[in-house]
Amino acid sequence: MDTIDQVAVKRGEAEKDSSAPAIAVEDLHKSFGSQKVLNGISLAVSRGETLAVLGRSGTGKSVLLRLIIGLEKPDSGSVRIHGQDIVGLALDQLGEIRMKMGFLFQHAALYDSLTVEQNVAFPLQHHKKEMSKSEHGDRVKQLLTEVGMEGDLEKMPSDISGGMQKRVGLARALALEPDILLLDEPTAGLDPISAAEINDLVLKLQEEHHMASIVVTHDLHSAKTIAGRLALINEGNVVIEGSFEELQNSDIEFVREFLKHS
Amino acid sequence: MFPMVSSALGLINKFLEWFGDLGIFFWQVVRAAVTPPFAFRELFRQLDEVGSMSLPLVALAGAATGIVLSLEARYSLTRFGAKSLLPAAIVFSVIHETGPIITGLVVSGRVGAGIGAELASMKVTEQIDAIEASAVNPYRLLAAPRILACILMLPLLTLAADLCGLLMGWVTQALVEPLSLRQFIDSGFKGADFNDFLPPTFKTMVFGLIIGLIACFQGMRTRGGAAGVGRAATSSVVLSSLFVILADVVLVKLILIFFP
Repeated sequence: MDTIDQVAVKRGEAEKDSSAPAIAVEDLHKSFGSQKVLNGISLAVSRGETLAVLGRSGTGKSVLLRLIIGLEKPDSGSVRIHGQDIVGLALDQLGEIRMKMGFLFQHAALYDSLTVEQNVAFPLQHHKKEMSKSEHGDRVKQLLTEVGMEGDLEKMPSDISGGMQKRVGLARALALEPDILLLDEPTAGLDPISAAEINDLVLKLQEEHHMASIVVTHDLHSAKTIAGRLALINEGNVVIEGSFEELQNSDIEFVREFLKHS
Repeated sequence: MFPMVSSALGLINKFLEWFGDLGIFFWQVVRAAVTPPFAFRELFRQLDEVGSMSLPLVALAGAATGIVLSLEARYSLTRFGAKSLLPAAIVFSVIHETGPIITGLVVSGRVGAGIGAELASMKVTEQIDAIEASAVNPYRLLAAPRILACILMLPLLTLAADLCGLLMGWVTQALVEPLSLRQFIDSGFKGADFNDFLPPTFKTMVFGLIIGLIACFQGMRTRGGAAGVGRAATSSVVLSSLFVILADVVLVKLILIFFP
């Protein structure tokens, strides 16, 4: 007789569908106390595609990413990763899904007691145990070279700038070769040159790794640069979704207002 | 009258909610701790952090307690003409109660605050979320080794506190009137058996569970920046000390029932 966990895993496997979008969010609701943050939002992103989620501060953009990776549980609705609904999965089952996902936090969230090298090696040490120590080292160097941080292996996160921390966070997010990349405000708090460098880096990585990506930002220039499709959210739902030109040609008052002030 | 009743009900409701969340947290930790992969490296690091780092403080507290106990017992027993019972009074007080409870309270202060602040700081800077996003179970990596280290180290630290307390109790007596260590031990341990020694020492494993569990729980549920970190550290110490004392009441009664 199968345990509940085994049944859930089998159900999950049955639900996996290779033709399904990499990320599909349907009718997602989320409140914190009396504050409604997401109000029935639905989005889908296919492999190789980048979607930028735009909106004013506090409109639930970051919450949306946290729901997609399972750091928060929705009040209702579904989050499907490669066709598998992840809502309600146990932590270890969710772990299997998360190994295919990379997440760049808004403030990079590097482990402050570990060096740059150890931060990037962290996912490898826990999930690539078949690799030797020197293979881990080689992979870490390769990742840090990709993000232009190969000279800072021994530095602590507190010794590097915000932009550099984001680069290291990006390298860590790519360590397990994910096919989904979630970026939370990748250019927030950076000077224009560092922001442009991060944009170029994200573009380069997307071209090389062909991942499905969601970039949450309120930086319209960044969104235009790195995403093929943009979704503008307000009051917990999508106001408009499409290319930058479609947003520009929109008659919706909120869209015009947002673009005017961006 | 009604506002008072409603605020009392609110407090009870909050406490029950906290207790329920603690129960769920405990279950998550147990599940993570008994399933591989095991975080052995982190466990050894925590054994050192909880054990070796607390040893000087616990030894000092044990020694001070031994001196105070010796001075107080001498005064009281001399008053009632029972000075010959002095070594036994010191030995039984230290081993039965003061050694374990002093160790529990000192560790809840040092380790409870440390764990609470460390995990809270990781929580507010999203490092725990980053661990989870890297598909690593934070209950397995962070909470289980810390709680297990507290459970395993408390009895050993209690032995150290007992030893220092007894030694300083003897030194305090020997300074007042001639008394060899041999005489002190023979007289103090006369009539004592393992039931006097083992249950009180091993009850501190429960203290370790309480300290580790509450500190990890308070740390990992923190919200609200630097203020949240401060609140987590304070509440870890206050709640773990309180529950150590409450648990001691229950455990003393149980020991008296099962090990008469």
